[in-house]
Amino acid sequence: MTKSIILVGVGGQGTITTSSILARGLIAGGKDVKMSEIHGMSQRGGTVVTQVKYGEKVYSPIIGEGEADLIVSFEKVEALRALPYLKEGGTVVTDIREIFPMPVLTGAAAYPGDAIEQMQKSVPNVIVVRAAELAQQLGNVKAQNIVLLGALVKQLGLMEIDWRSIIRDSFPEKLVDLNLKAFEAGTSME
Amino acid sequence: MSKQIMSGNEAVARGCYEAGVHFAAAYPGTPSTEILENIGGLYKEEIYSEWAPNEKVAAEAALGASIGGMRAICTFKHVGMNVAADPIFTAGYCGVNAGLVYVTADDPACHSSQNEQDNRLYAPHAKLAMVEPSDSQECKDFIKKAYEISEQFDIPVLFRMTTRVCHSKSVVELGERSEVPVKKYERRPEKYSMLPVNARKRHVIREALLQDLEEYAYTSELNRVEKVEGTDTGVITSGISYQYVKDVFGDSVSVLKMGLTHPLSRRLLQEFASGYKHLIVVEEGEPYLENALKILGFTNVTGKDKLTIQGEFNTRVVRDSLLGKQEVFSYQVEGVQAPPRPPVLCAGCPHRGFYYALSRQSDKFVSSGDIGCYALAVNPPLNGFDTCICMGAGFSSLVGLSRALKAQGDTRKAIGELGDSTFFHSGLTSLIDIVASQTNAVAVILDNSITAMTGHQENPGTVRNLMGYESPAISIEALVRALGIDDDHLRIFDPIDQEAAKEALEAAYQAEGPFVIITKRPCALIKEVARANAGKHVQIDPDKCVGCKQCMKVACPSLAFDSEAKKAYVADTANCNQCGLCLQQCKFGAIGKAGE
Ligand SMILES: Cc1ncc(C[n+]2csc(CCOP(=O)(O)OP(=O)(O)O)c2C)c(N)n1
Repeated sequence: MTKSIILVGVGGQGTITTSSILARGLIAGGKDVKMSEIHGMSQRGGTVVTQVKYGEKVYSPIIGEGEADLIVSFEKVEALRALPYLKEGGTVVTDIREIFPMPVLTGAAAYPGDAIEQMQKSVPNVIVVRAAELAQQLGNVKAQNIVLLGALVKQLGLMEIDWRSIIRDSFPEKLVDLNLKAFEAGTSME
Repeated sequence: MSKQIMSGNEAVARGCYEAGVHFAAAYPGTPSTEILENIGGLYKEEIYSEWAPNEKVAAEAALGASIGGMRAICTFKHVGMNVAADPIFTAGYCGVNAGLVYVTADDPACHSSQNEQDNRLYAPHAKLAMVEPSDSQECKDFIKKAYEISEQFDIPVLFRMTTRVCHSKSVVELGERSEVPVKKYERRPEKYSMLPVNARKRHVIREALLQDLEEYAYTSELNRVEKVEGTDTGVITSGISYQYVKDVFGDSVSVLKMGLTHPLSRRLLQEFASGYKHLIVVEEGEPYLENALKILGFTNVTGKDKLTIQGEFNTRVVRDSLLGKQEVFSYQVEGVQAPPRPPVLCAGCPHRGFYYALSRQSDKFVSSGDIGCYALAVNPPLNGFDTCICMGAGFSSLVGLSRALKAQGDTRKAIGELGDSTFFHSGLTSLIDIVASQTNAVAVILDNSITAMTGHQENPGTVRNLMGYESPAISIEALVRALGIDDDHLRIFDPIDQEAAKEALEAAYQAEGPFVIITKRPCALIKEVARANAGKHVQIDPDKCVGCKQCMKVACPSLAFDSEAKKAYVADTANCNQCGLCLQQCKFGAIGKAGE
């Protein structure tokens, strides 16, 4: 069986880095892995979506609607936007962080601050993570993505993989400590 | 050898390294860009690489390297091949000395392009060999094969990828570089000087070589039959579509996976197709494989009658189209909707300054835009331009547009905008036409000192090149002046400076004949620029803000409006770089620079 994970966020939040670390870890854990991302326009403040599939043998690198086992959202309303991809019984892990898009900034559209509460009414498995807040407490909001990585691998039951050494290899020396702490924070949340 | 997870683009770069390639040239374009970025970054000891000003130049540079004796590669996005088509069609006649590969990265679904053209159709037209990989491992392995084919059959190879092959990552097993010595250059005008007398002969030779290559294709390992006993269905596919076929059918049907797709081995197609009652062709875009089967006389073929020509496939599209639509499960959330999140000009983007100034004088101008970050200015509230077709058209179209406006008594002046990279790409020749034809129009070069849209590549105007070495930084101003544009018809300024922008646009409107504007301010995301601006941001004094929303008109993602308090505020101090465009809008002195 292959597992399908979608990571969503806003340009600059580090979704792509997270997916790469996840993929490297899965390979180290002996899985076949494919990862897909769309560059280009998404880098200018738009939604960024990356997809990771793993299992014995993975063919298509992309995940269709209703096919994702897990959606990890770095931003509140992006979880809502990605919801059509969730399969029945799938799980959403989402940060409560809000990043207003242009139409909201200008007052042309409203930002649904209660998106998570509304989602929880119909989706059974919604896990809320204060990853950005935790990362901020650790000293740098940018480590939000690694907090989420921690939450994600715990959720997927992939703790036997040596994530710490993969994180060590993925960041410059001076950021390793912060990201290791961020990872611990992510795995020890409930 | 070690295994790595690589995108298709990274794997192509690695394949070039392992294949002993010596020369690489390209013009950037999504989804192809990372191939040269990786070659320039990782393999510069072994491979000379450069960003050429456009795809035609890159294609010719690579052809020159091949004729000279170096294995060469040139990459482009699908529309880039249109620009490069002229040399490539004749390169098909010349053939190669050392191996030559052209990579086309097609973009079904227009993830970041202006059309969905299927460049497989170029291969028969230009008489090239064509190879199509389906994942990253094949990207690497097939590139090495492509060089063998190129040299064995004296033919340039079109290496055809699509967005999902380029940007999906999968596991690749690495190999060593084989050192391929540079071949001796010899003068062979009968082969490389395509005067009619030689071209006629080369055409004959080309057709013969294509026949030989078709023979080779029959047994080539690039094509693969996955035979299943007891099925009456045979599927023919190539590229990324193969992956969807495997997801949908597993091992329940036989599959002919084509990797060498021009020339197609008709014998292979014939033999495979004859064995099945039902034939299904799964290919994105045009019915390329399907038509080949139909020409062979097969009528029991399902293809474009069920599978769309538009957009891209995924497993579900293939399954639904071929096996009947299945309901997709979906959680319904009542009462809330995610607001749209369109891409926008970044906080501190210099382009915003120019287009904001233009929006203030929009009644005087008809604006034609071009392709680059500034294309995002087309959206409200800036409404920056009316047309955006292809690189360079922002200028060339003015020659016709200004005359058409005049002919219908429209007194507005035609104005066109394009960026520094686009200027070097094709805007320069377009501007030459504007000057030569004495067109009454305004040509604006939005110089942000980088090729920003595609992720910050160097260009002929930057101080460094792809390999990281110093380069001469060709002066746009000097080029413009060399065309005969004098001081009265030229303005150069920082586009955030709204006084200067206003004066320039007024002067441009009044002037007769060609008028050039060069805006100069580096992209806010260039590393050095971002570092210099770190920590800088504006602040809004709520006591002075009257809620007039004038500052919101610049459409900066760092500014927000609190509709309850009826006041503007700085929503994102991290990305604001204190450019000061909003500050110039506030008549009440409510906006100031933090820390001053
Ligand atoms: C023929 C062709 N080649 C490449 C591209 C891809 N492309 C789109 S915009 C762009 C760069 C534009 O750079 P510049 O003109 O400097 O504007 P900036 O994005 O920096 O504002 C490129 C390479 C394309 N659309 N068409």
